[in-house]
Amino acid sequence: MSSTISVNNVNRIYSDAEGNKVNALYNVDLDIRPGEFISIIGPSGCGKTTLLRLIAGLDKPQSGELTIDGSRINDVSPERGYVFQQGGLFPWLNVENNIAYGLKARKVYKKNKDKISRYISMVGLDGFEKSYPHQISGGMAQRVAIARALINEPKALLLDEPMGALDSFTRADLQDKILELWKENGITMILVTHDIDEAIYLSDRIVIMTPRPGKISKIIDVDLPRPRHRGGSEFLSMRKSILEHFELAQAQPQPEYMI
Amino acid sequence: MNGQIALKGSLRNSAEKEKPTAEKKAKWGYRHNGYYALKALLTISGFVAAIIINIVFPQKAAVEFKTYVINALGLSVTLNINDAYIFVLVALILIFTGAGIVSLKDKEKRKKFCKAAAFRFALGIALAVWDIGGTKLQVFAQPFFPGPAQVIEAYLADGEYVVQNTLYSLRLYAAGFSSGVLLGVGTGILIGWFPKVYYWVFPILKITGVVPAVAWMPFALTLLPNSFTAAVFLIVICAWFQIAFLTAQGIQSTPKQNYEAARILGSSQLGLIFNVAIPHAMPDIFTGISSANAMAFTTLVMSEMLGQPGGLGYYINQSKVWSAYYKVLAAIVIMAVLFSLINYLIGRIRKRALRWQEGVLKK
Ligand SMILES: Nc1ncnc2c1ncn2[C@@H]1O[C@H](COP(=O)(O)OP(=O)(O)OP(=O)(O)O)[C@@H](O)[C@H]1O
Ligand SMILES: [Mg+2]
Repeated sequence: MSSTISVNNVNRIYSDAEGNKVNALYNVDLDIRPGEFISIIGPSGCGKTTLLRLIAGLDKPQSGELTIDGSRINDVSPERGYVFQQGGLFPWLNVENNIAYGLKARKVYKKNKDKISRYISMVGLDGFEKSYPHQISGGMAQRVAIARALINEPKALLLDEPMGALDSFTRADLQDKILELWKENGITMILVTHDIDEAIYLSDRIVIMTPRPGKISKIIDVDLPRPRHRGGSEFLSMRKSILEHFELAQAQPQPEYMI
Repeated sequence: MNGQIALKGSLRNSAEKEKPTAEKKAKWGYRHNGYYALKALLTISGFVAAIIINIVFPQKAAVEFKTYVINALGLSVTLNINDAYIFVLVALILIFTGAGIVSLKDKEKRKKFCKAAAFRFALGIALAVWDIGGTKLQVFAQPFFPGPAQVIEAYLADGEYVVQNTLYSLRLYAAGFSSGVLLGVGTGILIGWFPKVYYWVFPILKITGVVPAVAWMPFALTLLPNSFTAAVFLIVICAWFQIAFLTAQGIQSTPKQNYEAARILGSSQLGLIFNVAIPHAMPDIFTGISSANAMAFTTLVMSEMLGQPGGLGYYINQSKVWSAYYKVLAAIVIMAVLFSLINYLIGRIRKRALRWQEGVLKK
């Protein structure tokens, strides 16, 4: 069902409006195990989205290589589902048709029609089949986006801050939903987040990135038993050590163009 | 568990308590039956007043009230033009009464009907004033401003001929506008999607698009086999440019993320055009269609006036030669009704196609 994704010595350089080079990813190495739940955290601009887009096949590195089960990632694939930071739904399609989009695009709609209602229930959106994206809440929209990606039965699901715009209650709900879906579907999850608690609560491993140049500065194993308790002492000490790691990174001398 | 049951019980109780009172005493407004009846009365009272004035007000000016024999539906009716005017008023009263009854059950329609009441009343009064000024006293300059009875006379005198010309206009419009829409949307998609097409075709579109379509008339009339195809051609180009322009814009403004999402979900290149770019461009396509529609009316009437063997524009021209201004007015009334109907139809189609936008945009 799931698969190994590896990122080998990848560099991605952008040039900004003034023509300056921005090293969005610098010598990034990462191996993601099948069925693993991995979180990528780090401050804004450290290259989290860039890395996720490369894994998805939406973008290509200048050097280095990304592979899935040993074969090179050259293009997008329904095997790697993607949930955008925000606004990824098609506004002209209702919830049902947004979720059905992948089936229709891959021309397997007729055979799998009955899957749609199952996936709608799976993300708890019964009764909203006919609603349009602007008529539902941000949290519901992200759940639609997740169901839309999962209906293609991907090997990996890439989530770019799917909870970034949500209040803390909706956020906690959606986190539990994502965990549940992960357990049910046994797929690899790669989650980008700003939120340390979220990363600890959900992941097997946490990848910490730092900006300018964007690189992986540490990978932490979270070997806490599930279900995890956000107030537990181990949880809090892990949180503290991650925070300390960031402070350490902050304290290091920065290039002069840092704000 | 207990608490839940108790809560449900209390909810039901309060709902039962409120319901009967809410039904008995609808607030004074369009939901209230008395209010609705008053508005219905207001709606028809303008037209009733117009009838009363027509009957009671003395005929001062010397106007010849011709009588026509009408053969329709196997019946032969002899009708004086003033009676025909009264018939029209009665018909309006019946239509609005019917509308009032049909709207009775539907909340939204009820609201609309009440809202329209004052305007419909004013319409009746305006007809009465026109009747006095145009027919009874003839205070307006003649023959430029005939009364309502004379305008109706045009339909009685020229009935079949007016219908023929109206159908001619409709045929011209249908042929020209539908091909214009198809061509416009088609080229718009090509321009919006293929950068090469954009590079070569868009500048031509931009420059020729500002030229009013009728300017091409001399070429159209000489180069095309007959005047009908010439007029169709003019309507096509006037609709084409506008629609192509906006369609291309709608396609090009599709957010990159929509394409990316579709590609990841397994969409083919063709799928990106038909299931992403075109749906995204739909609002712009309809804006193009609406504004092209208004220009198509202008082009239609102008080309009819300048070189067609039929149509409402042709009828206007012909009537003007005989100084039959009441016929000119009659044709204008038909245009107003016909074009409004077409606009309404397009509006309905647009609303259906863009249902997904409902509530997003400010009304
Ligand atoms: N298309 C692009 N063109 C130019 N520069 C880009 C582009 N995309 C990203 N960058 C730059 O690359 C760097 C990393 O961007 P990225 O979007 O990956 O950050 P991020 O970690 O996802 O940030 P955030 O948490 O704010 O989403 C930033 O400095 C950004 O300005
Ligand atoms: Mg980002």
